[in-house]
Amino acid sequence: MNSRISKRELGFGLAAALFLLAVIPGLNAFTPETSPFHVSDFSINLWGQYLCLSIVAVSIDLLWGYTGLISLGQMLFFSLGGYALGMHLMLKIGKLGQYKNDLPDFMVFLGYPTLPTHWEPFANFWFSAFAVLWVPAVVAAIFGYLAFRSRIRGVYFSILTQALTYAACLLFFRNELTMGGNNGFTDFKTLLGHQLANPATQRGLYIASALALIIVYALCRWLTLTKFGKVQRAVRDSENRVLFSGYAAANYKLFVFVLAAIISGVAGALYVPQAGIINPSQMEPSKSLEAIVWVAVGGRGTLLGPILGAVGVNALKSWATQAIPAYWPILLGGLFVIVVLFAPKGIVGIAEQIGSLFKRQTKHSKEVSRE
Amino acid sequence: MTKKSLCTLFVSALAATFAPTLTAADKDTVKVGVLHSLSGTMAISETSLRDVLMFAFDEINAKGGVLGKKIEPVVVDGASNWPLFAEKAKQLLEVDKVAVTFGCWTSVSRKSVLPVFEKDNGLLFYPVQYEGEEESQNVIYTAEAVNQQAIPAVDYLLADGKKKFYLIGTDYVYPQTTNLVLLEYLLSKGIPIENIGGGLRKDAEGKVISAGKYTPFGHTDYQQIVAEIKQFAASGDACVINTINGDSNVPFFKEFAASGLTAADCPVASLSLSEDEFRSLPTKDLVGHLGCWAYFMSIDSKQNDKFKKDFFAWLETSTVPGIEKANRVTCSPMVLSYDGVYLWKAAVEKAGSFDVDKVRKVLQSGTITFEGPNGLNTVEKNNHTKKNVYIGETKADGQFKIVKEFSQVYPQPWLKGTFGSK
Repeated sequence: MNSRISKRELGFGLAAALFLLAVIPGLNAFTPETSPFHVSDFSINLWGQYLCLSIVAVSIDLLWGYTGLISLGQMLFFSLGGYALGMHLMLKIGKLGQYKNDLPDFMVFLGYPTLPTHWEPFANFWFSAFAVLWVPAVVAAIFGYLAFRSRIRGVYFSILTQALTYAACLLFFRNELTMGGNNGFTDFKTLLGHQLANPATQRGLYIASALALIIVYALCRWLTLTKFGKVQRAVRDSENRVLFSGYAAANYKLFVFVLAAIISGVAGALYVPQAGIINPSQMEPSKSLEAIVWVAVGGRGTLLGPILGAVGVNALKSWATQAIPAYWPILLGGLFVIVVLFAPKGIVGIAEQIGSLFKRQTKHSKEVSRE
Repeated sequence: MTKKSLCTLFVSALAATFAPTLTAADKDTVKVGVLHSLSGTMAISETSLRDVLMFAFDEINAKGGVLGKKIEPVVVDGASNWPLFAEKAKQLLEVDKVAVTFGCWTSVSRKSVLPVFEKDNGLLFYPVQYEGEEESQNVIYTAEAVNQQAIPAVDYLLADGKKKFYLIGTDYVYPQTTNLVLLEYLLSKGIPIENIGGGLRKDAEGKVISAGKYTPFGHTDYQQIVAEIKQFAASGDACVINTINGDSNVPFFKEFAASGLTAADCPVASLSLSEDEFRSLPTKDLVGHLGCWAYFMSIDSKQNDKFKKDFFAWLETSTVPGIEKANRVTCSPMVLSYDGVYLWKAAVEKAGSFDVDKVRKVLQSGTITFEGPNGLNTVEKNNHTKKNVYIGETKADGQFKIVKEFSQVYPQPWLKGTFGSK
């Protein structure tokens, strides 16, 4: 692999960044609704959500494609980030909720007379924003430290991550945790004083998501080019050799795992005010498996592939749940089977696959003509 | 294909998704949203509501539609996925611009779409029994409020001489809130706190704030809980108020029967089990236990007979994709969905417009009624409907024998703190 970024890639990257950051929001804000180029408020909100999900996909690729760690619980960190910001959003509803009470609605119906102490600091935005980073990081660090120190690898590691997210899911379902139980958090009103129902706020959140994706992509791209990235790939390809060469593979893995958790947490925090709800079903193992599918469909180990996969699969899902509501799971399932069977390198790999097929054919025909 | 042409393909595909959907606006139709889970864990219940809605639309269209316009349903799949519910609601209101939406089953799905309906000023008809404590200007609750289901059930049991109540449910908002209300109600009726079983939750000062035993979704081990109930019911004047959801009822009732308890010595009143659930649950262990709904399939009335006959005939010939035709039944959420369509139609015709503000004004005037399979429904000022409530005994064939009717119960969504508990 080339350790430098080519001018062409840089050009493409900047063009994509410009498109996501300026062109789309510009078309949303400055074109009239009747214009064929207008991007509706609905679309921009939806694409904001897709971009958040593609950030999770990038974090999975960093783990799976570059370090060989298949985390089947990445949506846990996404949800933790979402919950951390969600707590702040719940407290900012104030008296606008159903009960016209300062307490979040779900606490009123559970009969809580006052706000539990651990909720109080979340009234401060910056405390919440910081929690979006450190809560997933701490959970990942503790879990990762125990798992990697015990040299849990491969499928065992995957199963444990899945168990972790399932356990958290069951925990958050319990109303005693004071995290809203099954209903989770919803009915958010304002963020930093801006009305969430306002199209400008949603556009701002979209831009923040796009910016976060670009930064995360650039960071991961840079990281994989450094010496650290080389060790990362070495761990993926042959961990024992890395160990015998004197590298503490566990520390590298732990760092990547925690970094990926933080990235997912940020994605979750950006997702929640755009989707308008966070509840424990986001931690169900099936949600994390879905995220793995995005990466597989897009092409792992490419960073770009997971973004295309996450956006592509989710856009397809949005379209199909309306166009063919009775059959869409079959369509999506069929697509995954086809990708796994015929395009193991995903969307990004298809061009290469076709190219190599073409090359083989021309070589073959040359051989034939020579005879 | 070269890399470049692949790129152009991708960009054009991207552009296509951004382009506004060009809808051939047919002047003779009105778009109506159907927002239910057709896949995922809730599909088993919610698909039936989709079916009955499609039936109602066909019935209305065959008679000329609403205000001379044919109903054009826009069916979307919420897929038991709560953020997707919000997304689909946004799509229905902002892209398809539907006049009204019929949908949702779980409280969490309703809570998820509520901000969307309020922001875009949409109108949602919600058909499933719920915990109350909500009164949105953008929702018409054809569903049973707590005073139209749990309270009548308790009244029936009190009149039957029951003095001890065990509260058990799945750990989510509907059972939690219902039991909180029931605790206050039972105390106000003079039931001492030690006669309320399932456990009490207290705040830091030791004041009781809630009651009931809660198990997680999909819980299967009820041995210990049933042992507790058996001890609780030893005095012979106890009953159980059951808000357990879905599959967990099977092990609960199995354990209940195995412990030797019967409906005669300790009846269980289930608030989440209707005829439709009995299509997939064995009824053997439930015989004699109680159900409480605004509708039972066994109601003997002209409207109900016609509704059942027409619905089953429609099912035979239906071309709705993926529809189930065999072993179908009707149940309260289905009928309350059906009623909702006709209440909306009546309101639109009276308002002479599909405009949400005008329709809501007419609905809230208290004059919109519909004589449905369950009896008379009237939309009240608080966006809920006044209707009959029935208590039924479960039979072995999954039907209910109606043992008591409460006529025209006024809906009261806000019950918490209204009983002045001692």
